[in-house]
Amino acid sequence: MSPDDSALRLVSAGNPAEAGDHADTGDHAERFRWFAPGTHITIRGLTKTFGDTVLYEDFDLDLPRGKVVSIFGPNGCGKSTLINMISGIMDYDAGTILFDGKTARETKIGYVFQNYREAGFPWLRAIDNIRYPLKFLRLTKAEQDARIEKLLASFNVSIDLNRYPYELSGGQQQLVSIMRALVIDPEVLFLDEPFSALDYEMTLFLRDKLQAVLTEMQVTSLLVSHDLDEAVELADEVLLLTRKPTSVAARIPFDAPRPRNAETTVTPEFIDVKTRSLEIFQREVRKP
Amino acid sequence: MIQKLRDRLPAMGWLQPVLGALALVAVWAFVNLVEMVDPVLLPSPKQSWAAFVEGMTEGTLGHDFLRTIIRTMSAFAVATVIAVPMGVALGSSSRLYRSVEFLIDFFRSTPASAMFPLFLVFFGIGEEAKIAVAAFGAALIILFNTAYGVMNARQLRQLAAQVMGASRARILWDVTVWESLPQTFIGLRSGVSMALVIVIVAEMFIGSTDGLGKRIIDAQMIFNMPDMYASIFAAGALGYLMNLLFTLLETRFVHWGGK
Ligand SMILES: Nc1ncnc2c1ncn2[C@@H]1O[C@H](COP(=O)(O)OP(=O)(O)OP(=O)(O)O)[C@@H](O)[C@H]1O
Ligand SMILES: [Mg+2]
Repeated sequence: MSPDDSALRLVSAGNPAEAGDHADTGDHAERFRWFAPGTHITIRGLTKTFGDTVLYEDFDLDLPRGKVVSIFGPNGCGKSTLINMISGIMDYDAGTILFDGKTARETKIGYVFQNYREAGFPWLRAIDNIRYPLKFLRLTKAEQDARIEKLLASFNVSIDLNRYPYELSGGQQQLVSIMRALVIDPEVLFLDEPFSALDYEMTLFLRDKLQAVLTEMQVTSLLVSHDLDEAVELADEVLLLTRKPTSVAARIPFDAPRPRNAETTVTPEFIDVKTRSLEIFQREVRKP
Repeated sequence: MIQKLRDRLPAMGWLQPVLGALALVAVWAFVNLVEMVDPVLLPSPKQSWAAFVEGMTEGTLGHDFLRTIIRTMSAFAVATVIAVPMGVALGSSSRLYRSVEFLIDFFRSTPASAMFPLFLVFFGIGEEAKIAVAAFGAALIILFNTAYGVMNARQLRQLAAQVMGASRARILWDVTVWESLPQTFIGLRSGVSMALVIVIVAEMFIGSTDGLGKRIIDAQMIFNMPDMYASIFAAGALGYLMNLLFTLLETRFVHWGGK
């Protein structure tokens, strides 16, 4: 599907009356009709309120294909809410979110939750947890096995996958979650603070693994992180959010070569991106 | 001497669980020995045990025991087959649940024994009435617990399945039902106990020719106290064993429970 087609679909998927209104107001129409080549996810006019609090109002965002975007922002500004709405597990009051013109339901999505204990299926062995999402892909048994083989090879980990999740360490459980999210070859991967419940050693290990696999797979990824070092190290772009009502405070690209490692974090580019992000973040936090 | 005993105590750890029971039997034997209670009303433990063994081997206690088991299990099976699917259905639709919540709570609070006459009217005085009333009591408990388990299943796993592309029916079947299983098992365990209670009472009062309930009430009427105690003991052992069985099943099928 060419970008133009998707743009058309974007208009038709929205409320027709609303789209008509926008057509009258010139630049709104433009906003609905155009997005840059290489865009994968388009968000237009997203509005979300909880009771009296307006979290998002008329929020627009374009996210690039095949890149890792790290979302960083003040506590409670709506990072989780944003990726939950994009991934289709939370309703929103108004707006359009499309993946290349498709809805979330029509898109293969992987999601890694922070709380691996409550996201895995404890009644299934680790390997069956990983295999589970394949049943929605209409693959033959042989194709499924091939997928699993390939995934296990690219992760190259030594966990006994015949165990039940609760028999594994926290890090191993989260690794299983990551593999479960990636086994379907997702078009988009969401990670909501995937490492924040793990100890430091495990976090470093998983971060490296994730980065290696993402570099190999080139999957559009959205990572929410509370750790700025992590956010920058994994990102092609850091997306900074304001306090609520939430908008985009800044987008800072980071294109250091991959694979990145501890040495990356002492390069001037890394420090520059991190410093600028921190400045913007602090400015946002201090705002009354 | 005491020191010696203390050294050996850990080795006799297996003894601990039966200490209470031994103490009870000892008190019983003592009360019987000094005739604090009329021995006709309270025979010795030995006499009662002899009545139990004799009843189980040569007498009809074994038969009554079996009848009660069959009735309880039939009632329980009927209750499970009806209540588990209904509980899942009710639990997965909060609107549906809310519309019958009052009914469930009301009948759950109604003593099943108060329903005996009603069931007699509909099912006559045969087996069916006893099984039906016990199934009714057990089903309410199972229904309530299953619905409750489904309703209170944690959101996150369902969301995880949803994001993978699972349909609502799939989520219910692959995630929610599993997630509710620990609570369902609590319902099954309470349900089978309830079925036993009702069956025994029904055997006492709804024209029965056999079963532990009938046996207990008969023994009481002719003051055959050893046999009465033996029958009570049999009923207790039955309840205990059924509970044990369900605990075992539970640890096997809900192996992740509490982890
Ligand atoms: N289900 C809900 N009902 C009411 N308010 C909610 C709900 N979910 C989130 N909120 C509110 O919306 C705001 C954003 O929540 P969200 O969890 O998206 O923030 P976050 O940026 O992910 O926060 P954190 O940094 O703590 O992870 C918070 O103020 C929160 O209180
Ligand atoms: Mg969050």
